[in-house]
Amino acid sequence: MTKEIRLLSTSAILGYGFPEASLKAGMERQPHVIGVDGGSVDPGPHYLGSGKPFCSPIAIRRDLRLMLNAAVRAGIPVVIGTCGGAGGAPHLDLVAGMAREIAREDGLHFKMALIQAEQDKASVKRRIATGRVSPLAHQPTLTDETIDRSARIVGMMGPEPFIEALDAGAQVVLAGRASDPASWAAAATRAQLPPAPAWYAGKMLECGATPSIPKGHDCLFVTVREDHVECEPTNPARRCMPLSIANHSLHENSSPIHHIEPGGMLDTSECRFEAVSDRAVRISGMRWNPAERYTVKFEGVELAGYRSICVCGTRDPLLIGRLDDFIASVRGEVATKAAAFGASPDSYRLGIRIYGRDGVMAAREPLRDAMPHELGFVLEVVSQQSQEMASAVLGMARTNMLHTDFPGRLCREGNMAFPFSPSDIEVGPVYRFSVYHVAELDDPTEPFPIQYETL
Amino acid sequence: MALLKNVAKVCKSKNAGPFELTVDVVFDTKETFQRVKASGVLCPALFARLYNVPEGHVLFTPYDAAFAFKATFPRLVPAGDFGDTDVYGCQQHAPLLDVELPI
Repeated sequence: MTKEIRLLSTSAILGYGFPEASLKAGMERQPHVIGVDGGSVDPGPHYLGSGKPFCSPIAIRRDLRLMLNAAVRAGIPVVIGTCGGAGGAPHLDLVAGMAREIAREDGLHFKMALIQAEQDKASVKRRIATGRVSPLAHQPTLTDETIDRSARIVGMMGPEPFIEALDAGAQVVLAGRASDPASWAAAATRAQLPPAPAWYAGKMLECGATPSIPKGHDCLFVTVREDHVECEPTNPARRCMPLSIANHSLHENSSPIHHIEPGGMLDTSECRFEAVSDRAVRISGMRWNPAERYTVKFEGVELAGYRSICVCGTRDPLLIGRLDDFIASVRGEVATKAAAFGASPDSYRLGIRIYGRDGVMAAREPLRDAMPHELGFVLEVVSQQSQEMASAVLGMARTNMLHTDFPGRLCREGNMAFPFSPSDIEVGPVYRFSVYHVAELDDPTEPFPIQYETL
Repeated sequence: MALLKNVAKVCKSKNAGPFELTVDVVFDTKETFQRVKASGVLCPALFARLYNVPEGHVLFTPYDAAFAFKATFPRLVPAGDFGDTDVYGCQQHAPLLDVELPI
């Protein structure tokens, strides 16, 4: 009998939703492990900074309830990485609390492992002092000052903490920030399968049914064997095809052939994609090159200010024809009046985003001279002082967009259509990425302590 | 000559981490992929010109196994920073659609 492990991923992110029938169809194929990725750095720095979940708790709970019931009743593990969207301590706490509630409400009993990924500032400073932290993506060298300013820092774990938790008999493993494929690589590695197909399987499973056509948030079933991986969506309305798998192999990586992971590099340059049916694809030829040093990525964010925004639009061709001069006038008025109430020019930034011109591509927009019949604006102020000051400056910008005169103006009652009352929205604290570095580890599990509990 | 949008099966952009943007073009047959590759039109200089980045900042990789080309280069603004227009980086592909391919 060929050695194999069968893995079922329910969707791209816990809380994206999946058809219950797809989970049922997947469970009928007797997976050894089910799971889902809980998040990503992709939605930006806010979630890591604020500690809030990326998906709504209502949606997370719905997905988690179905998964816990399916796995516990079938007697198999359920593994979820990057819980709560960003994988910090509050994100993991949120999902762990839901798991406890669901267990109580649905009469489920299991051993649960919680793997922490949040890093305390002192420990990160100690790593910097050893000289074993390096920047990624041309970021500056990490300093103690950057650590002091950071709102939250997480480490991105590899498979080893998951392996430790599963070896300890945990049936439900909830983890903080983890490399997206790590939980799946852990499951396949524990089944004595080689790292190359183990990691490749993770690359496919991390996004649920995304590698299928039609693409959607749904379940993906993957069988891992010694020298290949087979992918098939469990929803009969979807199919995996060589093109859809090849497309997904490019997803969110800087290189399509070299995928850097904790502990090594997955080389996909010699991969072969073959249809094994009209809805399943076999991928073979992947290689794993172990790294000389084991590294994990650290992600951190810092507070950048407080944002208020406002949406409006114009349908006036005379204004659209003089737009640049008009915007310059508005900016001048706002600067003067904001300074008068105590907002110095260096304490805030005013953004005027112009949809219909270059709202999506900004300076990279190649069509510079289009003349649309209407334009939409998002006014934005980020104040370093306070939310109140952001709203004060924004209010001034909104008023001046509405009333500032321009030569040839006929619409003397107002320049802008506002779709909402109130027009101004307080968005809250704004964060920016400040830590994006790799740290060398002697022990891949050391920054990721595990707590166990029995429910 | 053919426009890329009429020949490619995938043309997309996305974040590759918070500081980089990656653009993929995928074809559905080896023959089309090889003709496009041989034309040399998809190359670092093209992405440098379309996205206004120095050619040296473009990591360009043809991926024969998937009949695909990938180009990765710095984002205009880090994801979520002030002035970012596309947090996911998924709407930056349009300049490629009208590239003419001599095939």
